[in-house]
Amino acid sequence: MYVAVKGGEKAIENAHAWLAEERRGAIDVAELSLAQIREQLSLAVNRVMAEGSLFDPDLAALAIKQARGDLIEAIFLIRAYRTTLPRFGYSVPVETGKMACDRRISATFKDAPGGQVLGPTFDYTHRLLDFKLAAEGEVASAPEALPRTNPTPHITEFLTGEGIIQDEPPSDATPGDLTREPMEFPSNRPLRLQSLTRGDEGFVLGMAYSTQRGYARNHAFVGELRIGKVEVQMDIPELGFAIDIGEIELTECETVNQFKGSKTEPPQFTRGYGLVFGQSERKSIAMALVDRALRWKELGEDNMGAPAQDEEFVLSHADNIQATGFLEHIKLPHYVDFQSELELVRKLRREAEERVTMKEAAE
Amino acid sequence: MSEYNFAYLDEQTKRMIRRAILKGLAVPGYQVPFASREMPMPYGWGTGGVQVSAATLTPDDTLKVIDQGADDTTNAVSIRKFFEKTAGVETTEETEKATIIQTRHRIPEAALREDQILVYQVPIPEPLRFLEPRETETRKMHSLEEYGLMHVKLYEDISQHGAISTSYAYPVKVSERYVMDPSPIPKFDNPKLEMDAIQLFGAGREQRIYAVPPHTKAVSLDFEDYPFEATKADHPCDLCGAENSYLDEVITDDAGNRMFVCSDTDYCRSRREAGHAGRLAKEDAA
Repeated sequence: MYVAVKGGEKAIENAHAWLAEERRGAIDVAELSLAQIREQLSLAVNRVMAEGSLFDPDLAALAIKQARGDLIEAIFLIRAYRTTLPRFGYSVPVETGKMACDRRISATFKDAPGGQVLGPTFDYTHRLLDFKLAAEGEVASAPEALPRTNPTPHITEFLTGEGIIQDEPPSDATPGDLTREPMEFPSNRPLRLQSLTRGDEGFVLGMAYSTQRGYARNHAFVGELRIGKVEVQMDIPELGFAIDIGEIELTECETVNQFKGSKTEPPQFTRGYGLVFGQSERKSIAMALVDRALRWKELGEDNMGAPAQDEEFVLSHADNIQATGFLEHIKLPHYVDFQSELELVRKLRREAEERVTMKEAAE
Repeated sequence: MSEYNFAYLDEQTKRMIRRAILKGLAVPGYQVPFASREMPMPYGWGTGGVQVSAATLTPDDTLKVIDQGADDTTNAVSIRKFFEKTAGVETTEETEKATIIQTRHRIPEAALREDQILVYQVPIPEPLRFLEPRETETRKMHSLEEYGLMHVKLYEDISQHGAISTSYAYPVKVSERYVMDPSPIPKFDNPKLEMDAIQLFGAGREQRIYAVPPHTKAVSLDFEDYPFEATKADHPCDLCGAENSYLDEVITDDAGNRMFVCSDTDYCRSRREAGHAGRLAKEDAA
């Protein structure tokens, strides 16, 4: 006989206990330490920091451990934590021109002041499984050279002098804050960039790829890609000047895009921009391509009707925490709505049958 | 709980939400944008309702949380526990005793009072969304009171199916101005939208809050020759015998036999305690 479904509370507790056990895995295998995750899964840590919008490698490592390696779940943990943190103030803009670069490449110039620095990249590795890694072993240390002490100039600066690339007029206007104001459309470039930098890597990648395949193609070259550490400075009212409060690792990508000119703009190169926490190369390039595609209106281009040109479409669907929450909520009970649909479909079927019977009787 | 502020959110965030709520109450049915925060439960799982409840709760409040009309569904349990932990408020399953009721997909059967607040969890606040996906367009349509598209949709329903084929999240016109999505409640609940209590609607992911103040007109859209009809399963409750409560259909055995029970578990319980009995009441007690 039907027994009212009670005991949800107990079931939830038990499910959580089981989850904790599964997270730990077999107990005869050593437990992962946060330091191990931070040091050896650093690109996962970077992704969690970037999409979680919080630069803290230790917390990101904790989130990855707690989430059993599910990065979107880890990003969610970081977002939920970050929202509880008090907001002391805003830093001054970081100066990526002064970045201490681990990697810095340009696809548009063979060489440039500052040089091409490959850094720790997967590029040019052959993607062959390295079975040596299955056994434990020490890694031979890489050769070292003295770091550059001079700032590494941005490649696009060399084009700016010639007036051949679209100018980016500086502005002292305070940009909006995506996490403090509701997103409204049409939006603006600062908010778009904020949305893209915390957007889902897969989504932004897919959008960028679609522009390369002809859905609002924008002919991008990687003008420059740089990865390294920058200082973060903050104005301290009591002191009256800005001081260093720490340093963060960033990946910055500037694309140089072919442009034949439009009704409003002369022929010149145009730009797309990507800036992401940590070593997040794929994401920053993708971000720059999507940024460029979204700038069609400001550059007087035609709207091709391509998804990547559609600000409302891109920004409304880029956030994986919103997306996964709404997607997965269909697991929740919906039986009340389903019941009303049942009643409706039964009623419509009854009426359709009656119509058929009446029609047959009439014939 | 010392680690988190009362009801989780910081006071500034609560103030921001309260301003949105007050604006919503001042302009019934209008969707007020608000800077929704990330909550420790997923978007789509009631973050809008939770933020509205958090901004509305005071330490003296008594909270009831229901999902599908029931207090013991898993997500209702989870949200109730969240507030027990972060606000330390009293909770109850009795509609009568609650001062704030957070709900998903139902309006309680018992009439609510002036000193109660009903907080709805809203997935898609925009009633026009599935007719026009763009927010920029739908906001324009609301500001111009341009609801022709909705009437065309209802008309097409009738011409194709012989009836308006919306059975839940049935749109209403509030205070003769804004067309509003009452959240996915069954249309059976629509007439109850005109009530004595304050009704607040929170959509976290979509960053919108809206409200229906007490004693405000909320008219379900229809046509003169096809009037709105609040429907339910054509049975009494098998446990408490109620004739006019919304029912869940439960499959009881492998042969596909069914029983119908009140979706509002507290309503059903209180009726049974008062001595009402349905067709299967005895068996259940056994």
